[in-house]
Amino acid sequence: MPDAPIQSSGPTLLTGSGIRVALGGTEILHGVDVSVSAGEAVAVMGANGSGKSTLIRALVGVLPLTGGEVLYDGAPITAGARAQLGYVPQRITAAGGVSATAVEVVTSGLLGHGRLRPPRDAKHRVMAALDELGVADLAKRDVGSLSGGQQQRVLIARAMVRDPKLLVLDEPMTGVDLQSQVALVHTIEHLKAHGAGIIVVLHEIGPLATLIDTAVVLDHGVVSFRGAPPRDLGIHALPGHEHTHAHEDPRPPASGPYLEVRQ
Amino acid sequence: MNLLLDPLVQRMLIAGLVVGIAAPIVGTYLVQRRMALLGDGIGHVALAGVAAGWLAGSIAGIAERDALALPGAIIFAIAGAGIIERMRARGTAAADVVMAILFYGGIALGVLLIGASGGTSTNLLGYLFGSISTVSWQDVWVSVILAGVIIAIGIGLRRALFAVTHDQEFASASGLPVNVLNMVVAVLAAVTITVSMRVVGVLLVSALMIVPVAIAQLMTHSFDRTMLIAMGIGAALTLIGIAITLYVNLQPGALIVVLGVLTYAAVASVVSIRRRRKARVSA
Repeated sequence: MPDAPIQSSGPTLLTGSGIRVALGGTEILHGVDVSVSAGEAVAVMGANGSGKSTLIRALVGVLPLTGGEVLYDGAPITAGARAQLGYVPQRITAAGGVSATAVEVVTSGLLGHGRLRPPRDAKHRVMAALDELGVADLAKRDVGSLSGGQQQRVLIARAMVRDPKLLVLDEPMTGVDLQSQVALVHTIEHLKAHGAGIIVVLHEIGPLATLIDTAVVLDHGVVSFRGAPPRDLGIHALPGHEHTHAHEDPRPPASGPYLEVRQ
Repeated sequence: MNLLLDPLVQRMLIAGLVVGIAAPIVGTYLVQRRMALLGDGIGHVALAGVAAGWLAGSIAGIAERDALALPGAIIFAIAGAGIIERMRARGTAAADVVMAILFYGGIALGVLLIGASGGTSTNLLGYLFGSISTVSWQDVWVSVILAGVIIAIGIGLRRALFAVTHDQEFASASGLPVNVLNMVVAVLAAVTITVSMRVVGVLLVSALMIVPVAIAQLMTHSFDRTMLIAMGIGAALTLIGIAITLYVNLQPGALIVVLGVLTYAAVASVVSIRRRRKARVSA
């Protein structure tokens, strides 16, 4: 991560254009455009089944595209480019049959294309990432025995240990405790300040409201709204959502976060 | 002690030791992926490979008709592991159905091929139940080399193999070669089964991969330590099992597995008693 903080959005990091994805023969996304720039936080929102998670799983290369393309730094995304990407899935998708400690899970974040073994300073970096998320005391604990919020923080640490230029999170606020929400807000603030891009799937904009620059609302696999997020909490306040009417001034207040996180 | 000078005993102990160390390494990844029974599926395919090796040996007129049994087993096992992995990755069929088809197909093909080579199904018994007392020095060195490869890859790539078996989605998003690493696990399993076949037999080979891991899991929460402890337990079980059969007329493969199951029961009991005591103290 660069040392000098960057305050405004920079060049485009990731662009998904005309993204089409089919699951089990059914098209879920019907040509979605989304992009995120350095220092920008983009929230992908929408009702259940609208295709939010499918979109970001396609962007990070977990799901194959049936149409469209994903560009990173203006070129088609490669396995090598994914080294600059930190992905936080909604939960550990393949809960293993063998227990693993938080350190072991976070260490796997140091691997990637052309790097099948962790670097020499792995231990130091892993502990620093756990410390940053406030879970250093859980380093030797079995991840499976941790609470939902603690597990989420370990998964964020696994993404952060990569020093990502782009952090992609799938519903990180769902079912986690306040402390974990605060840790996530700090993480996103820190990343934004240092010029990283963020794409986050949210069901409700909630505590992240003041950090989100752009909201992209999906409805049945197409973008129904794109712009600054609304003042109100929740997706029901967003223009384009099927249960709402047009919102006149969706821009959030300049100050006054919904959740006070500074101590 | 004089027994240790006997070349037969030396061969048995070396073959048992390398298999006892290598099998739980692969077993840790299979348990991690919740595919503990994969070894059984591949084992049965390997049996068909043994029979195919016999048939090839017969056709080629090789004096020792089982000379090609091991190469045959390796080829079939790797092919079987590859098929299982491809089907698992694509989700084209339920894993348990694929496994069942390999079970039945492997054993039936094995019996047919051994018949075609002029043998009978009794020729397969040594492979079904193990025949460690018949291993030659050549078998031992092949086992040592293959086990060495399994240990080197299984431990050397453990972080990447852990990443891919623990959370494939994250590994894929990180740019790790997920398909290649999955295939590495499958091929390691195939080679382990082939190497272990002579020690414990196809029917029990999976036990040697899984039971030490199950015991180790009762002792630690760490993935690395689970693997390490399982390797130690695997080595101890095979050495103790073989040593006992030097004095008592028992089948080594079966004894090794029974010792493993008894150890699991004993460790599980101790862990359970400790937990209850701990709960009582803190209550």
